[in-house]
Amino acid sequence: MEEFTQILLLFISTVLINNFVLIRFLGICPFLGVSKQVETAFSMGLATTFVMTLTAAATWMINTFILEAFNLPFLQYVSFIIVIASLVQFVEMFIKKTSPVLYKALGIFLPLITTNCAIMGLALLIPLNGYSFIASVVFGFGAGVGFTLAIVLMAGLREKLEFGDVPGVLKGVPVTLIIAGIMAMAFMGFSGLISM
Amino acid sequence: MSMNFKELVKDFTNGLWAENPIIRLVIGMCPTLAVTNTASNGLAMGLATSFVLIMSEIVISIIKKLIPANVRIPSYILIIATFVTFTDYFLKAFFPGIAASLSIFIPLIVVNCLILGRQEAFASKNPTHRAIADGLGMGIGFTWVLTLLGIIREVFGMGSIFGFQVLGEWYRPMVIMVLPAGAFITLGILVGIMNQISREGK
Repeated sequence: MEEFTQILLLFISTVLINNFVLIRFLGICPFLGVSKQVETAFSMGLATTFVMTLTAAATWMINTFILEAFNLPFLQYVSFIIVIASLVQFVEMFIKKTSPVLYKALGIFLPLITTNCAIMGLALLIPLNGYSFIASVVFGFGAGVGFTLAIVLMAGLREKLEFGDVPGVLKGVPVTLIIAGIMAMAFMGFSGLISM
Repeated sequence: MSMNFKELVKDFTNGLWAENPIIRLVIGMCPTLAVTNTASNGLAMGLATSFVLIMSEIVISIIKKLIPANVRIPSYILIIATFVTFTDYFLKAFFPGIAASLSIFIPLIVVNCLILGRQEAFASKNPTHRAIADGLGMGIGFTWVLTLLGIIREVFGMGSIFGFQVLGEWYRPMVIMVLPAGAFITLGILVGIMNQISREGK
């Protein structure tokens, strides 16, 4: 029971308190690039969540059973990026086969998940925090849910913003960044939610 | 010869303003926002990224003919990851303070779109001397924006620049500027100002 509570708290804190996008600054590129429409943003969030959960499991195993067991920490970055790149390739093939519509909608952003720093950041944070296998998977899943939450909220705001009267120089990226700043302020309100 | 030289100067200055990675292309955003809470962090991050960028551009422009086209992206990433590992170990050994404050954002240079983007767009198509000029220009372009952002956030957030107190006792620091929210807002306004400047220049 105690452990279950711990895991649940970890999940909530990953989604809300230490949100990957708004608090840790990981995955800003897709956050700015794919947040024009709610629907696409949601698919992007799903694909990223899927890759993140798999990455958490795969990199935990590689780190524990290979890199630590054989004392090869200097190969960490190289091996993590290879694992991520192959996982993304796998997910791409899977989506192409099962849902060609979604595949078209995600387009170039699917292969770009490889260079999404949220995924690599996740892989690096797990050994740093010393999570167990189950905690790592929950952390990965929570990070994905947090990413999806942030990107969908942002897309909703930007759809409304289309009709707003934004000063010319601030159109596009600048106003998106300022809105993200206000969202980050709102997410700071969660920081007192749990004391871990 | 003078033609060649002009071309090199153009490659170099391209990254400083016209195609500045942060202001113009809006890539490499994660470190830009995350580690610019002080001027020295911004500068250190800029220099580390520039080093990896220049070294991998040199290597890739030399061996570009040996890399088969369909495995080029994984090969580029491996070359980049090697230089990042080198940089990380170097910083941890000689500048442990900087390494600690940049934390995971040093290894995350591997997935900085700026670096992979320049390999694909420039180093894989041009001779080594031009790749060096491009890497230097893009690196300095990245570094100056990071440092400027760091200076602005440090002045408002802590009243100091590079750790030296510049604003007196009367100043009450705006803590929000060194927090995540301040990063987004400062960069948003900065990009807006740069847009205005380049619009007036036309």
